[in-house]
Amino acid sequence: MTSPAAATADFLDQRTGLGAAVKEFARKVFPDHWSFLLGEIALYSFVTLLISGTFLTMFFVPSMTEVTYSGPWASLQGTRMSEAFASTLRLSFEVRGGLLMRQVHHWAALIFMASIITHMMRVFFTGAFRKPRELNWVVGFTLLILGLAAGFSGYSLPDDVLSGNGLRISDGVLRAVPIIGSYGSYFLFGGEFPGEALIPRLFTVHILLVPGLILALVGLHLFMVVLAKHTQYPGSGRTDRNVVGFPLFPIYVAKAGGFFFIVFGVIALMAATMQINPVWNYGPYDPSPVSAGSQPDWYMLFLDGALRLMPGGVEVVIANFTVPLNVLIPAMVVPGILFTALAAYPFIEAYATGDKREHHVLDRPRNRPFRTAFGVSLLVAFFVLVLAGSNDLIATHFHLSINDITWVLRFALFIAPAAAFMVTKRMCLALQRRDREIVLHGHEHGTIVRFESGEYIEVHQPLNEHERWIRVQHEPIRPLQVAPAEDSRGVRRKGYAADLRRARLSRLFYADRVEPVTPAELAASHSHGTHDELPPAPSGQELVAGGRRSLVADDRAPGDGH
Amino acid sequence: MSDDLELRDTADQLPDRFENPGFPPHEQRRGDVDPRANKFSERIVVALFAVSILGTIAMIAAYFAFPPGETAASMQRSNLAMGLGLAFALLGIGTGAVHWAKSLMSDHEVAEERHPLRSSDEVRAQAVEVLKEGAADSAIGRRTVLKGAVATSLALFPLTIVVPLVGNVGGDWDVASFKRTMWKKGTRLTTDPLGRPIKAADVTIGSITSVIPEGLEETAHPLDEKAKAVVVLLRLDPRDLKIQPGREDWQYDGIVAYSKICTHVGCPVALYEQQTHHLLCPCHQSTFDVADGAKVIFGPAKRALPQLPITVDTEGYLVASSDFTEPIGPSFWERLR
Repeated sequence: MTSPAAATADFLDQRTGLGAAVKEFARKVFPDHWSFLLGEIALYSFVTLLISGTFLTMFFVPSMTEVTYSGPWASLQGTRMSEAFASTLRLSFEVRGGLLMRQVHHWAALIFMASIITHMMRVFFTGAFRKPRELNWVVGFTLLILGLAAGFSGYSLPDDVLSGNGLRISDGVLRAVPIIGSYGSYFLFGGEFPGEALIPRLFTVHILLVPGLILALVGLHLFMVVLAKHTQYPGSGRTDRNVVGFPLFPIYVAKAGGFFFIVFGVIALMAATMQINPVWNYGPYDPSPVSAGSQPDWYMLFLDGALRLMPGGVEVVIANFTVPLNVLIPAMVVPGILFTALAAYPFIEAYATGDKREHHVLDRPRNRPFRTAFGVSLLVAFFVLVLAGSNDLIATHFHLSINDITWVLRFALFIAPAAAFMVTKRMCLALQRRDREIVLHGHEHGTIVRFESGEYIEVHQPLNEHERWIRVQHEPIRPLQVAPAEDSRGVRRKGYAADLRRARLSRLFYADRVEPVTPAELAASHSHGTHDELPPAPSGQELVAGGRRSLVADDRAPGDGH
Repeated sequence: MSDDLELRDTADQLPDRFENPGFPPHEQRRGDVDPRANKFSERIVVALFAVSILGTIAMIAAYFAFPPGETAASMQRSNLAMGLGLAFALLGIGTGAVHWAKSLMSDHEVAEERHPLRSSDEVRAQAVEVLKEGAADSAIGRRTVLKGAVATSLALFPLTIVVPLVGNVGGDWDVASFKRTMWKKGTRLTTDPLGRPIKAADVTIGSITSVIPEGLEETAHPLDEKAKAVVVLLRLDPRDLKIQPGREDWQYDGIVAYSKICTHVGCPVALYEQQTHHLLCPCHQSTFDVADGAKVIFGPAKRALPQLPITVDTEGYLVASSDFTEPIGPSFWERLR
């Protein structure tokens, strides 16, 4: 107890019991994979947002009081504008490093949203949301929504023409809500649009309310990761009962700590070299002008795209009350469906699978054809809407008719996701069959051997056990089957109709499947030199669903992916 | 399941699933076996941290050397110099730390056991017992009136915050003002944003002008008024103009005025195509035919742009004959009430 470090440690431990926590956490194991960095990018770009945002609050004035500009930017001198816009100009032209921080902040926001969405895609396609992580999926989903709120509220603060038109659109959407819409608009703007209350209110939302919630939920998100320990990709030695990787100290302190600086550094590089949101060119908000090709930040494009695609004819008047379905459907119903499907997916899949066990080894996306295809089709729908949100830019860049583009995208919104679903599902099944083939026959060697008898064969190199394990480690999942409607005494069973519905959903998920090679199949292929005559697969195990032995697994043979 | 298995030949005595083969052999890095490679990695890490130090110095130097100045170019120079310094300061630390971890720290994977998150049955039973004891102690089950009083008071007290908040937050809550603009009989049409009155004789065929009511700047809330009252003024060849029934005297010699606020979600309808007389909203591409009552011909809007009835005063200036006869801008629930 002589060194200062030991003395400090002793001081802290006597008062907090820190030693136990250090012992517990310092050697905590985390698995390694590049795709696990996506969530880290989200976290670190959020920290970057907090740092740059704090800098900006020192100079930004959240006020709609009108002032006359007299700063250095000549083209706006003498123009009347809000203090919010004037202080944004001051940040750009007079605060040294102010523009850099503004651009860091804006780029970090775009990367924050992009990394949240790609992280979510990783979690989705690998099935990391399965038990016991369903709740953390919901926390992450809420963070996505809060991220959108943070982005939109911040984007609107400079009070320039572009963001003002964005607010005008929000006002239009809000007014479309039946019964309370007009009051909603008054609630937001403190009276008529644009009013003088909005910027200060948005400022509070943007720097206190939303980031406070994000911070709390990020804490919860990470706590739940530590609680359940991180998932891991399948591989030799990895099971649902262990976690294989590197210890937090020193490996991840260096790697993850270093990665924060890399993320911040890349954002700084973008802010240094790529201009973003040059509000001095747009000018202060005025309800009259708007520039052609005006677009929101990328994560809002899908909403704008939905608004653009909707035909106007569906606005209806009922008993003299106006219901603008041409706004409500694209701005509320479509995103409502998209987001509800996303949030509820883990629960729907668990219901269709009838699986109550904990899962810590991730799925390879090909081994879950329905899930992968469903995720891709959601993404394609999102992408079509993003394209629709850029239809004017597509028209001007490719010299196409905006009306044609809009009509094509209107159809594409329905056709493309369906086509993507089918293609993706077929690709997954094909990849699984390819896995089976490699396991059964080994790698193609490229060597042709001729026997004395004149017979030619291609030499295949068998897989080693580690290569093979990757391709056979997953459990075959079979559709749930319904037990008979009547029990052994001929009494009609309660809940039979619900079971039928559940079995139908389960078939939708798992009827088309390719099962992994079993040791018997491998042995058969080695002894016969072919796998054309496969023995039938073992019949399905009875599964206990919902505490009742009412649903049993299908016993169709493996490999019958149709 | 067991019946099936017994019928099969010996190959089927194998297990249903493959066995997990256990950890693959560890592959050593060059630095693990070659001390020189190890030393080299260390030097790279030191160099990367040195880059960071230089980056920080460069950033501070740029802070003093490059003021943002008064032009876009000087501002961008300042931004670039400081930004590059910042980027190198950060990337040096980041890449240095990651390279250190990857090349010099142990790359032996370790395994940790997982335990089910579920509490044991014993712990669950104890938890239930604790709750039961607490409930019995407070006798919450029997004291129904007390329970009701607690629930009601907890449900009501947030109103002390919500009522004043909601009462104030919407201003006067007079949503009927959506239906009125500041145009009235005799209000002169003036140019946007300078506010100069417009003589009918000065409006040329094929032209389009953004127009605001005279006296806009003198109102209490000019932006709020402008957001409702802004109008586009066009003059068409009278042969092209289809005059709408009942609106014969709303135009003056081919000069028509329409609300500039899109009936979809309220963007300014700012793009005019002279040849086709189409007015296009750049936000969502609703397209209006100004030769035919500004009716919608494409896009997500349903209703035509409201027309402002105009005429000329004794001095030949364009004036409004009245306010709009319908609410301008996006639809809302009580629009027609």
